[in-house]
Amino acid sequence: MDPTTTQANANKGGTQSMSLIVTKGTLDWAYPPFILATTAAAMGLQVNMFFTFYGLPLLLKKLDLELSTLGNPAMKMPMMGGHMGLPNIAAMVPGVDRAATKMMRQLMEKKGVASVEDLREVALESGVRLIACQMTMDLFDYTLDDMIAGPELGGAATYIEVATQCDINLFI
Amino acid sequence: MADQQLDAQGLNCPMPIIKARKALQELAAGQTLEVLATDPGSVADFQAFARMTGHGLLEVSDAGPVYRFVLQKNA
Repeated sequence: MDPTTTQANANKGGTQSMSLIVTKGTLDWAYPPFILATTAAAMGLQVNMFFTFYGLPLLLKKLDLELSTLGNPAMKMPMMGGHMGLPNIAAMVPGVDRAATKMMRQLMEKKGVASVEDLREVALESGVRLIACQMTMDLFDYTLDDMIAGPELGGAATYIEVATQCDINLFI
Repeated sequence: MADQQLDAQGLNCPMPIIKARKALQELAAGQTLEVLATDPGSVADFQAFARMTGHGLLEVSDAGPVYRFVLQKNA
């Protein structure tokens, strides 16, 4: 699904605020929500992240994030002086996702991109409110004990209430 | 000479901003922070950061490859 942006009603207090719905848990898709949340917090916004479906495991104590090459046709990596993609058929080969993940991690390290773990730590330190979707917890058999310290439980109504009070609401 | 220096060279978005915010928290109002960065995006980002937070942006050296910013903590 495409990321969509909606402008909520103007904030009533002095502090501006943002909410993000985090729905994806691959290595690449873990970045946008954490980058935006930490930056917004650094710029003085009050930030709320709602973790649901495949975004929920981003709250697990131990992250082992991987890329998915399947159905990711626009993913082209710098290789041999150009940019190369991977046909979907090749994504079926065992070990391809592992290899692509390794390549992405090497690129990120070379280019000075922070790890998702580090960004998550910054989010916690900067007081970002983390909400774990209760329904997804039930669905995938997780409890708060599986998660880092910090998240609270909530459902759709919790998120909607938050969203009505935020200046920026993002779905990622 | 700024009151504090931050070397953010080699770091990519959003870390120069995140680290600058942390460094500013340690300063008293009116004190200055000099930031060195190599991320070309930081030129636009530090200006947006200053506009949003009310911290002063006293100097911008956008020639590269090393970009230099001097921020002044707001009151």
